[in-house]
Amino acid sequence: MSATGKKKQVLLDIEGLKIEGFTGEEWVPIIKGVDLKLHRGEVMGLIGESGAGKSTIGAAAMGYARDGTRISGGSIDFDGMELTTATESERRALRGARIAYVAQSAAASFNPAHKIIDQHTEAPLHYRIQKRMEAQEDAMELYERLRLPNPKEIGFRYPHQVSGGQLQRAMTAMAMSCRPDLIIFDEPTTALDVTTQIEVLAAIRDIVDQFDTAAIYITHDLAVVAQMADTIKVLLKGEEVEQASTEKMLSDPQEDYTKSLWAVRSFKRPQKSRPKDATALVSVQNVDAAYTGGEKVLEDVSFDIYEGMTVAVVGESGSGKSTTARCITGLLPPMSGQVLFKGEPLPPSYHDRTKDQLRQAQMIYQMADTALNPKVRISEIIGRPAQFYSGLKGAELKSRVDELLDLIELEPSQYYDRYPPELSGGQKQRIGIARALAAEPSFIICDEVTSALDQLVAEGILKLLDRLQKELGLAYMFITHDLATVRSIADEVVVMQNGKVVEQGPKEEMFTPPHHPYTDLLLSSVPEMDPNWLTTLLEERGVDNVGESADV
Amino acid sequence: MSTFVIVYFAFLIGASCLAAYMDRRSVFMPLFSLTLVSFVVGIVGGTSGLWFIAIAAGLLALAAGTSYAFREFLVAILPTNAAKELKTAPLTAAFGLFVMFTYAIAGFFAPWIAPHGETEVIASAFAPADENMLLGADQLGRDMFSRIVYGTRNSVGLALLATSAAFLLGASAGLYAAVRGGWMDQFLGRAADVIMSIPSLIFALLMLAIFGPKIIVIIIAVAIIFSPRVFRLVRSVAGNVVVMDYIEAAKLRGEKRGYLIRKEILPNSTAPLIAEFGLEFCFVFLLVAGLSFLGLGIQPPAADWGSMVRENATLISFGDITPLIPAAAIALLTVAVNFVVDWMLFRSSGLKE
Repeated sequence: MSATGKKKQVLLDIEGLKIEGFTGEEWVPIIKGVDLKLHRGEVMGLIGESGAGKSTIGAAAMGYARDGTRISGGSIDFDGMELTTATESERRALRGARIAYVAQSAAASFNPAHKIIDQHTEAPLHYRIQKRMEAQEDAMELYERLRLPNPKEIGFRYPHQVSGGQLQRAMTAMAMSCRPDLIIFDEPTTALDVTTQIEVLAAIRDIVDQFDTAAIYITHDLAVVAQMADTIKVLLKGEEVEQASTEKMLSDPQEDYTKSLWAVRSFKRPQKSRPKDATALVSVQNVDAAYTGGEKVLEDVSFDIYEGMTVAVVGESGSGKSTTARCITGLLPPMSGQVLFKGEPLPPSYHDRTKDQLRQAQMIYQMADTALNPKVRISEIIGRPAQFYSGLKGAELKSRVDELLDLIELEPSQYYDRYPPELSGGQKQRIGIARALAAEPSFIICDEVTSALDQLVAEGILKLLDRLQKELGLAYMFITHDLATVRSIADEVVVMQNGKVVEQGPKEEMFTPPHHPYTDLLLSSVPEMDPNWLTTLLEERGVDNVGESADV
Repeated sequence: MSTFVIVYFAFLIGASCLAAYMDRRSVFMPLFSLTLVSFVVGIVGGTSGLWFIAIAAGLLALAAGTSYAFREFLVAILPTNAAKELKTAPLTAAFGLFVMFTYAIAGFFAPWIAPHGETEVIASAFAPADENMLLGADQLGRDMFSRIVYGTRNSVGLALLATSAAFLLGASAGLYAAVRGGWMDQFLGRAADVIMSIPSLIFALLMLAIFGPKIIVIIIAVAIIFSPRVFRLVRSVAGNVVVMDYIEAAKLRGEKRGYLIRKEILPNSTAPLIAEFGLEFCFVFLLVAGLSFLGLGIQPPAADWGSMVRENATLISFGDITPLIPAAAIALLTVAVNFVVDWMLFRSSGLKE
C-alpha cells in the first residue's frame, strides 16, 4: 500500500498489446491495444466485466496466450526481456521462478493426488533454488506467515483435506515459494464466502507487502480491489477505460463507464411489511432434513413467506440454504416438520404433489448454463410450462411465449428460435426467469441468481425481479451469500448457520445493531469501497482473530 | 533404361522442384519422399518394383482426389450448418463417407448393377475372368462380381439390423437406468455385467445351435451380445446429463420419464451415441462375417461375404486372389466406417483446438 510514493524501477512494461482469438473461422480481436506499466512492489488491480479481457492480459503478462488465442501485436517487456519474441524455453524458465500465478479455483488447480507441500516444493526443486528439506522448511514458514493453522503439519495433507480458504492461501504460499518478482492473482477470492474472503485478502496483502512483490490483481469486485491495489485499471471489451491510483479512482472517476460501475450498488427499494391477518403463502415449520445416510443438514428450520414479499436467506456455503429450498420444492423430503402452502400442508415429495401445487412454486437457478437445456429452442424452453400446465397450443402458445419474452425485456422475434448457448449470461438468466413465470406461479425460489453475473448485469436482473414482483404480486425466497443483494431487494432476512436459523426478522431491524454474533460477523465481512476498510476491520478484530479463530 | 523410368523420375523431380519453388511445403515433402523411395526401390527391384510403387502412389493419389472432390461436393449440396462441420473433416473421413456411399448404392440397386442373378449358374466351376465375368466364377460357376454386389445387401443389411437392435435394447435400458436410478439401475447394470462375462462368439454359436441358423436368431443373438456395451456408454453419458439443473426443473414441473428421456436427455447425448454406433457396427459386421465363415450365418444360396471367403478358400492354394475379394470388401467397409467414427469422436470429445 505504501509503494505509491517512492519512485521505483519498472518491472513489467506492456505496450500496445493486441490479442486475437479464433472463433468459427476467423481471428477476432480480444485485446485491442492495451498499455500497462507495473513498477517493482506495486499492486495493480484490473477490473471489468467478464469478457473484458482481464484474465487474458494477466496470462499475457507471463508471455502466455491460451489455446485458441494469439498475441498479434505490441510488446511485453519483463525486466528487460521481451516476452513476445522470447523462445518457449526462455519463457518457461521465468514462470514459477520469477512470475507466479494464483488461479481462481484452488480446489481445481491443485493436483488431488499429491500432498500440498510436495506441490509447493516442486518449483524450487525444479529450478534448483533450494534443497527439498530447505524448501519444506521455507514452505512451513510461509504457511505461518499466511496464518494457516498448524503450519508445520498442514502441508502434509492432501488438497481435499483442507478448506477452500486455506487452500487458496496455500496456493498463494506456493506462488511465493521462489520469491517471484511478479504474482498474478486471477480472481483469487471470487469463489469464497465473505467470511473466508477476509482471511485470504489479509494474507495476500501482508505477504505481498512483506516481500515487496509486484502483483496484478484481477477481479470484478470493486470493493475487493480497493483493499488490495495501489493503482486500478478499468477495462471494457478489450480496451482500457481509465487508470488512476486507488484513492483517486474511488473518489473521482473520470469516465462514464467507471461511474456506472461505481454506482451499481445504488438500487434500493423500500421495505414492505407483512400483510395483516393473512395466512403465510409458504410456511416452513420445524423442518429437519438429511441426505441419505448422512448427518442432519437442517435442524428445526422455521420461517414464513407472505404474499408479494421477498425473504432473503443468507449464510455461508454449507449453511443449509439450498437444502431448505430442496425441502420446499419436494426434491428432498424432510425427516420431520412440514411445509405449508396457503395454510395447507404440501406432500413431502414432489412425486405426490398435484400439478397445481407444482405450478405454484418455481425455481430460478444460479448457473443459467446448466439450468437451460442447450439443445432446446428458447421458444420451447419457455413454451413448455405454459403448454404443460395451461394446455396452450399453436397460436395461443406462441402469443404467450411472445408475451413472456416481452415481460423479461427480450425482443420476441429475435430470440424465439435461438438456442441457449447463443445467449449471454444475463440473457440466459432472463430466460430462466421467463420459464418460471410461464407456469404462472405465486412463489419463486431464486437460488443465488445473481452471483454468477457481472455487477451491471446482476443489477438489471434484480430490477427485473422487482418489477415482476410489483406487477404479478410474486413472493420470492432469495437465497444468497451476497449481503449487498439482500440490502437492495429483501423485505425480511433469515440468517442460517450450520443448518439452523440463527436470526430472522424484517430487513431494517436486521441491519441495525445489536446483532446475533454470527450476523455481525457476516455483516462486517462484506467489503466496502473504502480503501482503509480492511485495515480498520483487522485492527478492530485483532490480527490474531482473523482466520479459523474468528469463529463465534 | 526404359522410357517409363525416365518419364517417371523426370515427372517426380520436376513436380518436386515446382512445389519447392512455389513454397508449398506440404506438397513438396511427400513428393520428394516418394522420389527418394522410388530411387531405392528402382535400384533393388528394377522396373517392376518401380511400376508397383508408381501404381500404389497413383491409387493413393486417386483415393485422396476422390475424397477431396466428394467432400467439396457434400459441402456444396448440404445445408450451411452441416456443410460447416464437414469443411473441417479430414480427407480420411471423406474417403470413409465415399466408400459408405458406394456400398449403399451397391446394396440398394443390386439387381440393376449385378449383370447376373445371385444364384444363377453361368459357367464352369472356378472359371477365370472373361469379358462376361469381371471377377471370374465361384465354386459352382456363379458370377463372383454379381454375388459380391448382392452380398452387400445381405451382409451389410444384416449387420445394420443387428446393430440397430442392439442399440434399441442397450440405449433404452441405459436411459431408463440413468433416469430411474436406485435398485433398477443396479439391477440393469449387473444384468449387463452377466451378459458381458459370456464370450460373445461362444454365446452366438450356442444360440444358433439351439434355434438353428435363421436370420432372426442371428439378429437377436447379436443384439443381446452387444447391448451391454451400448448400455454402459448410454448410462454414463445420460448420467452426466441427469444431474443438470434443467432436468431438475423438468422433474419439478411434473414431467413424465418419457418426456425427460426424449426431450431433455437424448438431444444432449446423440454425438457420442452416433460415434458408438459406427464402432459397434464394425464389430457386429466382423462377428456376422465370422459366423458366416463358420457356416452358421446367412445360409446358401444367398450371397454373403463371410461364406464366400470360405467357399472359395480352396483357390488360395492355386495362388488365385478370388477368395480375397470378399475379404477385401469386408476390410474396406470396416476401415471406412472407422475413419468416419474417428472424425466424429474427435469432434464430440472437444479436441478441436
